[in-house]
Amino acid sequence: MIKYKALILLLLTTFSLYPYLKAQDIDQLLNEANNGSTDYTSATFKSTRIMNGHSIERMPAGQLDVRISHRFGALNSGAYNFWGLDGANTHLGVDYGITNWLMVGAGRGIYLKTFDGLMKFSILRQSKGKKNMPVSLSYFTSMAIVSENFSETKDLNFWDRVSYVHQILVARKFNERFSFELNPTLVHKNMADSALDPNDIWSVGGGARFKLTKRISLNAEYYYVFPPRNDFRSYTSYNPLSIGIDIETGGHVFQFIFSNSQGMIERDFITNTTNQWRHGGIFFGFNISRVFSLTNQN
Amino acid sequence: MKIKILSIALLLGIIQLTNAQKYISKTGHIWFYSHTSMEDIEGHNHQVASILDPVTGDLIFSLLQKSFEFKVKLLEEHYNENYMESDKFPKATFKGKITNLDKIDFKKDGTYTAEATGELTMHGVTKPVTNTGTIEVKNGIVTAKAKYKVVPKDYNIEIPSLVADKIAKEVEVTVDITYNAN
Repeated sequence: MIKYKALILLLLTTFSLYPYLKAQDIDQLLNEANNGSTDYTSATFKSTRIMNGHSIERMPAGQLDVRISHRFGALNSGAYNFWGLDGANTHLGVDYGITNWLMVGAGRGIYLKTFDGLMKFSILRQSKGKKNMPVSLSYFTSMAIVSENFSETKDLNFWDRVSYVHQILVARKFNERFSFELNPTLVHKNMADSALDPNDIWSVGGGARFKLTKRISLNAEYYYVFPPRNDFRSYTSYNPLSIGIDIETGGHVFQFIFSNSQGMIERDFITNTTNQWRHGGIFFGFNISRVFSLTNQN
Repeated sequence: MKIKILSIALLLGIIQLTNAQKYISKTGHIWFYSHTSMEDIEGHNHQVASILDPVTGDLIFSLLQKSFEFKVKLLEEHYNENYMESDKFPKATFKGKITNLDKIDFKKDGTYTAEATGELTMHGVTKPVTNTGTIEVKNGIVTAKAKYKVVPKDYNIEIPSLVADKIAKEVEVTVDITYNAN
């Protein structure tokens, strides 16, 4: 009798030991399939510019970004100037990803007929998983050349017309909705604006993105210029504050901007901002970015 | 007599247990293809995990959305950020059973038509699916293949009207998984 019961018990145990598929099995397997992979943060910002200044984003290899940027005149320029419509500054540029960590770009702007070239190196990328990195870090450098010839500039030699920018870009995507970036910057002008003006202007830029919907974000950017900024005796310069909206539609990003600076390159918006928000010296403008893929990598 | 029968049953049970070999894959390949007159989009995932139990017919595959690779990096970014919302829904899983298991002999080389019924969970939505595919057995290696259509709208994947012409209403998904016996 006991043997009989024992056998039944044993039988039942055997069948219950059968390794039926459990939900944890597939999850563990999936982890192993993707083990050793790192999740790199993407889309910290929707475009390579926060507002005026650069963001941590770059063009991956083979991708071309065609950018048209426009700033209208100051809102406080009155009805006669149609509140800024009649005073515009435009910049055309193309940025290209040579490799996944090196982006180069070239551009031409109206202000002082400036040609500019840039390089952005992606050094660290924010990631989770096998490799953990809390921030993304890039090095940005650019060169701007004044090509305008008017009475003060026509006798200048080439190198007097050149200014350089060096920036370290540090950014973190905190979550889907919020990203923050800090950019310590140096603008160096080979020839300062006057004998009293400095050649080197140091500043720190801060930018933030608040994602409102999947395709729309609210961006803000502020550059704090270290004194002696108002030892620029030839003019008084203020810190640029910009606020705007990014709208992303498939391959385009439209950025609509309100700023107290009419400049679109670092030399202009960091060192040459002569208007203030409180006096209505606000410039409305936009950046249109369209990305093309030039190579079909597989 | 009863004891004899029970002993035999127990023996068979133990044999079953030791023979309980499941087929496992960590490098399954699933890809999708969206074709429209405006644009063709293809995404490949080579890190699909799958378990196939030849005794019960249970079939599971699971993958991470972020493991899909695209030719154009921008498409990959949009796929995860805007369409699949991969930070919220990192995985897609199919859990089901092969319903015609008796027609498949895992020990004999050949190509067998297999019918599977189960649930596909993607983007937070679970839908019942039934499909026909093949199970190939060759030199002891088992490969499962299937092709089926997925309608993005069924899984609450929002496609804005601006790009509606660039993404197919029905996306073709192909499964190709080679298993190792475990």
